[in-house]
Amino acid sequence: MFTYDFMQNAFLAALLVALVSGSTGYFLVLRGQSFAGHALGHVGFAGATGALLLGISPFWGLLAVTTAGGALMGFLGEQLRERDVAIGVVLSLSLGFGLLFLNFFTGSAVQATSLLFGNVLGVDRVTLWQMAGFALVSCAALGFLARPLLFASVRPELAEARGLDLRLVSVLFLALVGVAVAEAVQVVGVLLVFTLMVGPAATAQRLTCKFVTGFWLSVALAAFTAFAGVALAYLTDWPTSFWISLLAAVIYFCSLLLQ
Amino acid sequence: MTDTAPAARFDCASLALGGRTILHDLDFSLPQGAFIGVLGPNGAGKTTLLRAMLGLVLPASGSITMLGRSAASGRPRIGYMPQARSPHSDLRLSGRDLVAAAAGRIWSFGPLSRAARRGVDDAITLVDAAAYADRSVSTLSGGERQRVLLAQALLGSPHMLLLDEPLSSLDPHHQATTIDLVKRLQKRLGITVCFTAHELNPLLPALDHVLYLGNGEAALGSVAEVVTPEVLSRLYGTRIEVLHVQGRIFVMADGHAVERDSHVHL
Repeated sequence: MFTYDFMQNAFLAALLVALVSGSTGYFLVLRGQSFAGHALGHVGFAGATGALLLGISPFWGLLAVTTAGGALMGFLGEQLRERDVAIGVVLSLSLGFGLLFLNFFTGSAVQATSLLFGNVLGVDRVTLWQMAGFALVSCAALGFLARPLLFASVRPELAEARGLDLRLVSVLFLALVGVAVAEAVQVVGVLLVFTLMVGPAATAQRLTCKFVTGFWLSVALAAFTAFAGVALAYLTDWPTSFWISLLAAVIYFCSLLLQ
Repeated sequence: MTDTAPAARFDCASLALGGRTILHDLDFSLPQGAFIGVLGPNGAGKTTLLRAMLGLVLPASGSITMLGRSAASGRPRIGYMPQARSPHSDLRLSGRDLVAAAAGRIWSFGPLSRAARRGVDDAITLVDAAAYADRSVSTLSGGERQRVLLAQALLGSPHMLLLDEPLSSLDPHHQATTIDLVKRLQKRLGITVCFTAHELNPLLPALDHVLYLGNGEAALGSVAEVVTPEVLSRLYGTRIEVLHVQGRIFVMADGHAVERDSHVHL
């Protein structure tokens, strides 16, 4: 299964996505913002379909909207808390607009399905290079942001007293989450972003309370989930996203039983 | 800094928040190496006072000098333990990593330096938290969590500790052990401690001075000098009686213990 070009692309894409979503996902769970990853996926759907309508690659539309959406969420910060209904309405509206744009485009159900549920077997070399570029940028950025982000996440009062701008950290981080979401959508689609961003990270935090160990365990679990998902999809001819969501769920519930 | 400079010097300093003056014309010096209990009713400005000593709230008039320097430039020599807004009860991170989150330079790439990690270990040893520092903060008791946060305030070997309500949410036993620990650290390290609290009695064995806030004013001195009906009636703006019962002191207004009441309103 490693001899086919599309399978090589799929495995590489899965690993890139796992690296980005496992690492940003760790902080997302630590900060109790896992819902943000889910929300940005929904908002991204409108961006991706809008880009299709304009004749641009959906990846760019997705990336632009999720990054900007993340930055905006970070900027609004506290004001978004306990606004579940307003957020839910905006998310549904985004999906609705996505549907409208698709309708104007061709009404193609294939495009809709691959955006909603992912189509890792359809990732071509160009998209793969784009994904690799953004994965590199996002990992480097997270390397610089990790220390202030950890400080701001676990001891905001002291971080603020030491001169750290909490809002800046939040904006930068959620913009990074936007990049991670845009990458994850390529593999699992907008509806299942949660499975790669949150599942492995939450499992890692159940298994260890050490920061460095937990961080790398989150990346490793995401990589295993994504890689095994693609392999199982090849062997069974069932959808990749199904296998990834199943593996993430099984690993998470096993970690609950271990305690 | 000169060794003879006071730990903190307030020169006719007035502190305001959002245009409202909270404390006016503060004029006193806190001596170095002392344990100072900062007391007063809710909203008297205890937290604002600590933040002003860190240069986070600038005096509307007058000036504040810390260890012979301006408040903002003295900040690296001051350990601060703010009240935590969230109790860390669902934080799945080890105590050591929680301490380490505040260690080293904030903006730097990659893992913590070896020296910074050693600083974290030393701080944890100082507060006797080594036994549970590698457990998840979510599984620690309130008293253990408080020690971990105290270790965080001790990072960088500060000359002064500003502790904001370290006793809130602790039961009387853990209150006593926390005060005992801070007192031992203050003597052993020769540092100045400003300790805000609601209740006077738990602090009595440790106190060198009391800084009592109320009614926009402050009174500094020994317990015998400050905790008197005259001074406290001025600070509370009502007639106060002070009762001494078996080594404990009760501050009463109209037959009620004012400290108990301030707890109820929390």
